[in-house]
Amino acid sequence: MLVKGKKTLFQDFYFFETLTGMIITLKEFFFGTKVTISYPEERRQYSERLRGQHYIKATNGVENCTACMLCPTVCPSECIHIEAGERQDKEKYPKTFEIDILRCCFCGMCEEACPKDAIKLSTIMEMSTSYRPIYDRAFLSEQRGNK
Amino acid sequence: MEINPAFFYIFAGLAIAFSLLVVIKKSAIASAFNLVCVFFSFAGIYAMMDAHLIAAIQIIVYAGAVMVLFLFVIMLLNADNAAFDMHPIGRGKRLVSASFVVVMAGMFIWVFKNTTYLGPISNFSNANVEAAGGNTQVLSELMFSEYILPFELTSVLLLAAIIGTIAIAKRKKPAALLNGGSAAKGGNAQ
Amino acid sequence: MTALEWYVTAGKIGLVIGLLMTVAPIMNWVERRGAAIIQNRVGPNRIGPFGIFQAIPDAIKFLFKEDSIPGHVNGFYYFIAPIIVLIPACMTFAVIPFGDPITIMGQTFKMQTADLNVGFLYIFAMASLGVYGLIIGGWASNNKFALLGSMRSSSQMISYELSLGLSVIGLVMVFSTVELGPMVQKQADVMWQLGPIAIPRWGIFIQPLGCLIFVIASFAEANRLPFDLPEGEPEIVGFHVEYGSMKFATFMMGEYMNMAVASGLIATLYFGGYQMLPGMGTLLDSLQLSPAAYMWSKLALQNISLAFKVGLFMWLFVWVRWTVPRFRYDQLMDLGWKMLFPLALLNVFITAVMIYLGWV
Repeated sequence: MLVKGKKTLFQDFYFFETLTGMIITLKEFFFGTKVTISYPEERRQYSERLRGQHYIKATNGVENCTACMLCPTVCPSECIHIEAGERQDKEKYPKTFEIDILRCCFCGMCEEACPKDAIKLSTIMEMSTSYRPIYDRAFLSEQRGNK
Repeated sequence: MEINPAFFYIFAGLAIAFSLLVVIKKSAIASAFNLVCVFFSFAGIYAMMDAHLIAAIQIIVYAGAVMVLFLFVIMLLNADNAAFDMHPIGRGKRLVSASFVVVMAGMFIWVFKNTTYLGPISNFSNANVEAAGGNTQVLSELMFSEYILPFELTSVLLLAAIIGTIAIAKRKKPAALLNGGSAAKGGNAQ
Repeated sequence: MTALEWYVTAGKIGLVIGLLMTVAPIMNWVERRGAAIIQNRVGPNRIGPFGIFQAIPDAIKFLFKEDSIPGHVNGFYYFIAPIIVLIPACMTFAVIPFGDPITIMGQTFKMQTADLNVGFLYIFAMASLGVYGLIIGGWASNNKFALLGSMRSSSQMISYELSLGLSVIGLVMVFSTVELGPMVQKQADVMWQLGPIAIPRWGIFIQPLGCLIFVIASFAEANRLPFDLPEGEPEIVGFHVEYGSMKFATFMMGEYMNMAVASGLIATLYFGGYQMLPGMGTLLDSLQLSPAAYMWSKLALQNISLAFKVGLFMWLFVWVRWTVPRFRYDQLMDLGWKMLFPLALLNVFITAVMIYLGWV
């Protein structure tokens, strides 16, 4: 957009304006504080409530999930796939529990919907892989958070 | 300074080769680029004859300014595509051209055989020029004292040419206005 | 020529070309790191201390990238254009003196690769050739945007060449020489003596306006921001859209070399060239060395001074780049023709009047 405003002669000359700008950049050069970090070595402190990589919480080595299908129902991006089965102790359990992480939008609705406190979103946010990951039950059963 | 014959033959050979390319090349732009190379070879020869100023001016004026303008014109007018139609020429024309070539070559040979080296004009020998502060200084002092009138007249001539160009380039506007301006508008709308 | 002369000449050529070739990778790092610090970022810091060897993997990457040549280009001219950009940049530095003449085995050698009596006219001759790389590159790409880009940049360079040439005329009038060696020697004289501080006759003190015009015009000649319409990486299509890998890197190298040459010229013409920095002369005299050692240490100090000045102006180029935004094309032409050109003429006029009145 072409902004046409009234400029003083001083501004119109442009040279002194440039000098002023150069003083500002020089100030930043010497006294500016860095806003970026050397990432893998330094990390920022994120909130404990950050919604990151999923896991299924287990109590005494047994996952809390009862395959009630509430989380696939509530999931807006429909990325959770559960097939229910029966355990030795006549308890319903998820035979397969898959999350297509590329579809997941990390809204955390599954976590809120879960009546058994099973599905959780940890604070891990480095999830990049070189393949298209679908998190299966074994992967999700790793306890990677303390929520 | 004595010219090293090897360098002279290199530059002269390059000049001839590139001149031939200027004529032979079908694309106008390629010809222009080759012409730049010709100027360079000339500049090299001038520089070896200790005429640094002439060499520098050759490059500044011809290679740096004139040829750039040429290229601009060729590119803007898209003359490259319209380039020379190579239709065969008739036998009569060929004969005439060939005879002209022979006559020209004969004239050159005659001139080079029959003229003798005149030596430096008046007291402008290499040693004297060097003592007076190099040929840039000598030349510019002459140009701005003894020959100031022709020099300034040339610049007036060039100024006239510039003004003429602007006058010709600007003429379009009144013509459009004469038609009441609506014609120009209509033209834009189309 | 004797064997010694051949050796010295070859050494000088090697030194100048070697330095110019190393300038590009070093300035690349300075630019990226400097930009990062100015913008409050960290910048490249992985390879070597402070990331100083960043250029090495960059170069490796450029060299081993696939050198794809688009099918529609004019092969020969497409290939030759980056080389044409590089050559004038290398050649220009030849006339910049980097020290007082020295004597080896009874022979005096000028610390200047080529001592031409046309002096800076040679520089303008070479500078006017830089345009060809752009034109040929744009035309050979056989792409209308590249052609338009090359037109834009070559008209920019031609326009600013005028102001560049005219701004130095004032300096030539004052020093009454076009040769750079004598010009630097004359800048050693003292202009004013203010108590213990001697103000030398540096170009900047005699020709402040000329210096300003020269600096601005040389920014445009080197295609650096705020005049980097030829490149304009993010927004406008430049003349080198069709270039990739090492050919593109060669264009960039040419830009950095032009920058080095422009800095060398600013330092030589307006900031005393190889004249020693304040304090160095006193230091040298206080050491009381033998004549030979004195000569060599003086040469070393002069080289350091010139390198320091050139480095300072290279930093100025980087500094300005990360301060001001790019000019629009019409603004660029307005500045060149309506501002700098009349100012340069005015500068010539003022200088003439001052010389007539005997003030300088």
